[in-house]
Amino acid sequence: MIRQDWPLFEIFIRAKSGLSHRHVGSLHASDSAMAIDHARDLYTRRGEGVSIWAVESKSIAASDPAESSALFEPAEDKIYRHPTFYEVPDGVENL
Amino acid sequence: MTTRNQSSCDESEMELFSYLLRLGDNALILGQQLGASVGKGPELEEEMALANFALDYIGQARLFFGLAAEIEGKGRNEDDLAFLRDGIDFTNVLLVEQPNGDFAQTIARQFFFESFYLLQLRALRHSENSKLAEIAAKAGKEIQYHLRHTQQWLVRLGDGTVESHRRMQAGVDRLWQYTGELFEIDDLDRWAIDAGIGADLAEIRQTWLAEIKSAFVEATLEMPAGEWMAGGGKQGRHSEHLGYLLADLQFLQRAYPGAAW
Repeated sequence: MIRQDWPLFEIFIRAKSGLSHRHVGSLHASDSAMAIDHARDLYTRRGEGVSIWAVESKSIAASDPAESSALFEPAEDKIYRHPTFYEVPDGVENL
Repeated sequence: MTTRNQSSCDESEMELFSYLLRLGDNALILGQQLGASVGKGPELEEEMALANFALDYIGQARLFFGLAAEIEGKGRNEDDLAFLRDGIDFTNVLLVEQPNGDFAQTIARQFFFESFYLLQLRALRHSENSKLAEIAAKAGKEIQYHLRHTQQWLVRLGDGTVESHRRMQAGVDRLWQYTGELFEIDDLDRWAIDAGIGADLAEIRQTWLAEIKSAFVEATLEMPAGEWMAGGGKQGRHSEHLGYLLADLQFLQRAYPGAAW
């Protein structure tokens, strides 16, 4: 018997309308239709979601953890990038 | 409840009871049979799917039996109907008691039955019996998903490798002889159709055949040609598989009557 492992898919579930999809885990499936089915059976059995995205894991480009100091540390001392230097006028509620 | 007059009540309640039992028996036996595939699934994810389907069926059986017991009114409950009847009292179709075989045969059985059952449930949504209609509406959503899943597999295996095609074709060829009974109309079906309670199986059959044919084309499978059809399950005459299945299913309640979790 020839055994080829099914590709890995990353699964994203939207818990309810208005929220964004969140990564919930990964699973194996032979194609994207099966990935949606399996995600439905594995991750929404208890009413966790209203929408599923499945993305083949190999399609996701990821940053290299070894480069994290070059990528992320330069932002740490640049507090002026945070919008905390503005005075919020009275009466503005939804800022 | 039904809207028919009271004078024919007793007799028609017996008929309705028997009709609900058939629906419940199909669901219970197929659920039990599917449950036997747990631990043997081709992949973890697929096994989980089959286990979910099995539980859906058990849940549907509970609803049908619950309503049947209520209508019978003799103090039996859903558990009594599931665990304390003998094989000859079961009226499920022969198709649902057929063993899982290899995965393709499991898919063939699920496909044949679910493509029929979904049409039956859709018709039952318009039943004169409002409780039955409600159960059918709920179950229909579950079966719609099962069928989608099963049909994808039918196509994947049929239009897959040489080996998967051979197995899928063998699976549908083997089980074809049990599809005739799905549409057999006996006295009880006739009563249910005339009373507006049950599904018109002759009507369903045309739609079913068309759907099966188009699925087989997509799956590059040959329609099985055999004309001889097995029957008898609906009247309590079963294949040898039911006995073993019931032994597993009923052992605990027979050996330890009334045992509860």
